[in-house]
Amino acid sequence: MKFEGTKSYIATEDLKVAVNAAITLERPIIVKGEPGTGKTMLAHEIANALGSKIITWHIKSTTKAQQGLYEYDAVSRLRDSQLGDKKINDIGNYISKGKLWEAFESTGRPILLIDEIDKADIEFPNDLLLELDKMEFFVYETGETIKAKDRPIVIITSNNEKELPDAFLRRCFFHYIKFPDVSTMEQIVQVHFPDIKSDLIREAFKIFYDIRDVPGIKKKPSTSELIDWLKLLMTDDIDAKALKEKDPNKLIPPLHGALLKNEQDVHLFERLAFISRRENDNSE
Amino acid sequence: MFLNFFFDLKNANLPVSLKEYLILIEAMNKRVIDSFKINDFYYLSRSALVKDERYLDKFDKVFGHSFKGLENTSEIEEAEIPEEWLRLMGEKHLSDEEKKLIESLGGWDKLMETLKKRLEEQEKRHQGGSKWIGTGGTSPFGAYGYNPEGIRIGQTESRHKKAVKVWDKREFKNLDDDIELGTRNIKIALRRLRKFAREGAETELDLDGTIKSTAHKGYIDVKMVPERRNKIKVLIFFDVGGSMDAHIKICEELFSAARTEFKHMEYFYFHNCLYDYVWKDNTRRYNEHQSTWDVLHKYPSDYKIIFVGDAEMSPYEITYPGGSTEYWNEESGQTWLTRTLNTYENAIWLNPVPEKYWGRIASTTVIKQLFSDRMFSLTIEGIDKAMRELNK
Repeated sequence: MKFEGTKSYIATEDLKVAVNAAITLERPIIVKGEPGTGKTMLAHEIANALGSKIITWHIKSTTKAQQGLYEYDAVSRLRDSQLGDKKINDIGNYISKGKLWEAFESTGRPILLIDEIDKADIEFPNDLLLELDKMEFFVYETGETIKAKDRPIVIITSNNEKELPDAFLRRCFFHYIKFPDVSTMEQIVQVHFPDIKSDLIREAFKIFYDIRDVPGIKKKPSTSELIDWLKLLMTDDIDAKALKEKDPNKLIPPLHGALLKNEQDVHLFERLAFISRRENDNSE
Repeated sequence: MFLNFFFDLKNANLPVSLKEYLILIEAMNKRVIDSFKINDFYYLSRSALVKDERYLDKFDKVFGHSFKGLENTSEIEEAEIPEEWLRLMGEKHLSDEEKKLIESLGGWDKLMETLKKRLEEQEKRHQGGSKWIGTGGTSPFGAYGYNPEGIRIGQTESRHKKAVKVWDKREFKNLDDDIELGTRNIKIALRRLRKFAREGAETELDLDGTIKSTAHKGYIDVKMVPERRNKIKVLIFFDVGGSMDAHIKICEELFSAARTEFKHMEYFYFHNCLYDYVWKDNTRRYNEHQSTWDVLHKYPSDYKIIFVGDAEMSPYEITYPGGSTEYWNEESGQTWLTRTLNTYENAIWLNPVPEKYWGRIASTTVIKQLFSDRMFSLTIEGIDKAMRELNK
């Protein structure tokens, strides 16, 4: 089993090494990075490339580690007991399986995506330490031990809202998805829009990286925003010339709403555009 | 196999453990990387040993040092062009005063040229091994210079096509520890301070209570409890004016982060040291101030107290009545600080001045003693420690 990237996902060399290490050593991999650099997508693409089943566990602030293993519905059992239902004799009827259980049960090395683990409580990762390490857990209600048939490939994403505990990190591989450089970005765009005009790309890239470089900008546009913007440019059939526009009145790029999502940023950008316009005027 | 490398990492204060080293060895054993390519090994070891992007830059340095004899730069004083200067550019760009200043320094173009040359020199030197050697006299450039290349460092070139080694480029430079302080990081650090309590509307099923009460009564008796919420209450005192002007930006960041992070947060301003009054609005500080006694009486003792200030003043301003620089204070600052500390069990002082200078400033030492060493530096690390202290 080896991950080499897919037709629709450009994986850099270091990402491939990290993912393959995690697959070979059967250890979880933690993926961090700026929003919109394709962390969640990675798991889906690995599943695609390896042809395995993907099980996604989205974490929210209220998610408990136990919910990933199983949940025991004591209330319905209590209710049924009052009604004299025969079901109550088997406690298994009131246990619903969690995502981890699901992953442990399926065969052929499924991929378990634990998405945005930092959203949960600080103790959450620690509560899963043993389960992810040994790939087994114990169900107290029925007294059975659930053990993974094939150790799933565990991919964990984090947006860095909380620090993860050291003991947890020690057991995982780690990868930080850096913001793609121009050449990687070209490949990514090529994958999404095979028939885009090259001059449009060139001009759009220039604007995109220029915006990212604007000092003091609050929310830098990310890859997914660039893709959206290009999509808009293509559907509106905007010419590369329009992006190259040096006309002082049109220095704000067309459809900039896809890239700048914060009114302060738009304002800042307008001011800088105004400044550069003045500079242009002076030089003429 | 790579023991020296491992201990080099350890010595550079990277949090690497034996477990991680064993994982790396195991990965090498299982041939995760096909042939022994140094690049692949770099990726593999980075992924196995570094678990936080803050440490990536340090790791790159140590890796370079261990495997190539790259000069270890951690001990050399590094002077970078701080990002704020460049960021300020966008705003400061065109004020008239600065234009005049630029003229006085030989005109815009000349300045730009010199800066470019300077940067080119630096570029060469960094390819030679040690990066970002300090250029002592760059101050005019910092405040008034602008260089498009300066901002774009490390982004215009493709990393795969360049001859420079990947780790040698040290692309994660700006992610290193305690230098960078965005509000997001502060928020994360502040989040350590939590105390959950159930209060308010009863919305959650209390399973244990229900079972207990059902067993007791013989029929299903559903009990509810309120949701768990963070119940922490914080009172922050900011030192303003004078020497604190240099630290305005970081204080603003801390303020905005604290505002979003704590539901119950109150703040007051003071100057240099706490005396018999504080205020909430700096523009009207002389008219609308509140007696410190009122503050101490109004907020109950379960509030956590954070003082933010550089603690730099004449020691008399703390220890003697009438020491204040602004008016005649009947009681000394020390008395007021002690009063506050006696009222509130959890109180700390955050100091934006780097910790290494504290010992040299008499007033800082005095305040630190008053706070029985609960003074922390205003960095991510410091806030983190401070929050742990407040949680006690």
